[in-house]
Amino acid sequence: MIEIKDLHKSYKMGKNSLHVLKGINFNVEEGELVAIMGSSGSGKSTLLNILGMLDEADQGSYTLDGVPIKNLNEKLAAQYRNKFLGFIFQSFNLINYKSAIDNVALPLFYQGMKRAKRMERSMAYLEKVGLADWATHKPNELSGGQKQRVAIARALASNPKVLLADELTGALDSKTSYEIMDLIQKINDEGRTVLIVTHEKDIAQMTKRIVNLKDGVIIEDKKITQVRAMQNV
Amino acid sequence: MFSLERWQEVFETISKNKLRTFLTGVSVGSGIFILVVLLGVSEGFQNGVEKQFQGDAENIINIYPGSTSIAYEGFNKDRRIQFTNEDYALVNKETDQEIEFASPLYQIFAGLVSYGNESGSYRVEGILPDYQFLEKADIIEGRFININDVKAKEKYAIIGNRAKKDLFKDKSPIGEYIDVAGLNFKVIGVFTDPGGDREETRVYVPISTAQIVFGAGTDIRSMGYTLPKEENYDLALKQSNAFAAQIEQMLKSKLQIDPKDESALFISNNIVNTKEIYLLINAMKIFFWGVGIATLLAGIIGVSNIMLIIVKERTKEIGIRKALGAEPISIVGMILHESIFVTSVSGLFGLIFGLALLEIVGPYIELDFIRNPSVNFSIAVSTLVLLIAAGAIAGFFPAWRGARIKTIDALRDE
Ligand SMILES: Nc1ncnc2c1ncn2[C@@H]1O[C@H](COP(=O)(O)OP(=O)(O)OP(=O)(O)O)[C@@H](O)[C@H]1O
Ligand SMILES: [Mg+2]
Repeated sequence: MIEIKDLHKSYKMGKNSLHVLKGINFNVEEGELVAIMGSSGSGKSTLLNILGMLDEADQGSYTLDGVPIKNLNEKLAAQYRNKFLGFIFQSFNLINYKSAIDNVALPLFYQGMKRAKRMERSMAYLEKVGLADWATHKPNELSGGQKQRVAIARALASNPKVLLADELTGALDSKTSYEIMDLIQKINDEGRTVLIVTHEKDIAQMTKRIVNLKDGVIIEDKKITQVRAMQNV
Repeated sequence: MFSLERWQEVFETISKNKLRTFLTGVSVGSGIFILVVLLGVSEGFQNGVEKQFQGDAENIINIYPGSTSIAYEGFNKDRRIQFTNEDYALVNKETDQEIEFASPLYQIFAGLVSYGNESGSYRVEGILPDYQFLEKADIIEGRFININDVKAKEKYAIIGNRAKKDLFKDKSPIGEYIDVAGLNFKVIGVFTDPGGDREETRVYVPISTAQIVFGAGTDIRSMGYTLPKEENYDLALKQSNAFAAQIEQMLKSKLQIDPKDESALFISNNIVNTKEIYLLINAMKIFFWGVGIATLLAGIIGVSNIMLIIVKERTKEIGIRKALGAEPISIVGMILHESIFVTSVSGLFGLIFGLALLEIVGPYIELDFIRNPSVNFSIAVSTLVLLIAAGAIAGFFPAWRGARIKTIDALRDE
């Protein structure tokens, strides 16, 4: 599903250049649930942003579902993001003046789906994350866990090939974090590829594979036995 | 670009961001409102000044007789000059200038006029039909004298609005008979005159009738002319002066007056006095256009500032939308669509309120220098269109910049 070869990325700040990713090689198969770990500043978010086509690598190749991701213009990148990827952020990134269902429907709007169909589909995903009753509520009327569920429903709405989540439990208490992870595991059980960035060990243990980053290179990449989140709730 | 889906999205955004919509709307709406009122006041100012200065046609040339001061061809000095129909006809016939309007005048300064129990002392003037234009009189009821009335020596009267109010109160005077110097005249019209009450206390009758009724024979008291309007003031002045010189020479020779005699004829050439008015009105027009354009510019700058702030405020939202698959062009389209919609609607409101204010309050304004403020509708609408277009263009750049911010940077914005 994802193939990365010799990926490099530096941030330029004035005269200085900070080499963040120093040759990353890794592949992700369809249906995997991967945790990217590492200390703060090791380049986890940078890698995920490149995978999400929100940012560009300086060097190296990236292939997503057989499509080489290279020299994309903004328009094409937007189309690919819409078609291939679902994002889940630490800070939720919901649009605060839109209701839960309208937030979920937004990627479908950009797919050009008609309103009625959009609403029907969005409602189905809200049901899936257990928030059907909260469809008309604005984000500021929802708890952190509920907001993240809305964000997950939104990420799923366009039926993407890969879900990318950066510290998706970072703003939540541990009970809520496990509930969210339970949802992620169920989504993965259905066969969807999921990559999450986290620095919490217990969260990483709930995936099937841990990739450890340090100073811009992968120092460890191992398959693990998944801990089911429900056991901890 | 303006699909139904987009409209729904725009409506949703607008209605869920009421404060932002309201603020944008108020600034655009009040801008247009102020502009419309300003243009209206400007128009009112012009009307007022024109009224103040232009009781008569601004290019009228009047010729009055005087007394000779030099003995000439067997006549003693101090001879009183008297014009007759013949002199008037001579000028019309012999001048090589094209004349626009011309009329002789025979008037009684204090004619006793009465209707029923009401009576007053009014200036009664015998005139020809063209006199209406020399005096800038406007008919508000009935009609003015025509050439057939003059030929038939009808006892018809056109009365000024002031005289009408004095004699008839609220009643229509048309077809009623008034008593002028002991004879019955039928009222066939009522006029207003920019000269105001002073000139609206007059009663006009055909000159042929006046000459009979007042026993004047073929005598006339003065004659008035206007020449066709010229492109610019200087040319108009030149033509007027040439005409004045020519008739002076013509009349002096016919009436046997010494060419050097300066008190036998008086020629008043109104255009000489109107240069200042021309200049004043021009300066005022420039001033109000200047203020209007400045207001418009301020409005445009205001709209672009608001757009800039809106885009800045929405950077994160733009990042989210782009992460979810919005193309840059759709971001630009969305922002422009919203802003054009809000500016159009609020601009329209400002326009309507401004026009309504002028329409309702305008007629009650009776200051000396402001009269009937009103605004040319097409000017108002084109200003609105211009503002919307300028707002869209001014809004395009912030929108475009907003859409071009790298998605990842937009998402980081707090
Ligand atoms: N836009 C940027 N400009 C300059 N430097 C950046 C930028 N984004 C990240 N960096 C730097 O790159 C390095 C890696 O950042 P990154 O966000 O990928 O770390 P991370 O592993 O996600 O850390 P954390 O666990 O704290 O989120 C850091 O040293 C950071 O300061
Ligand atoms: Mg990070």
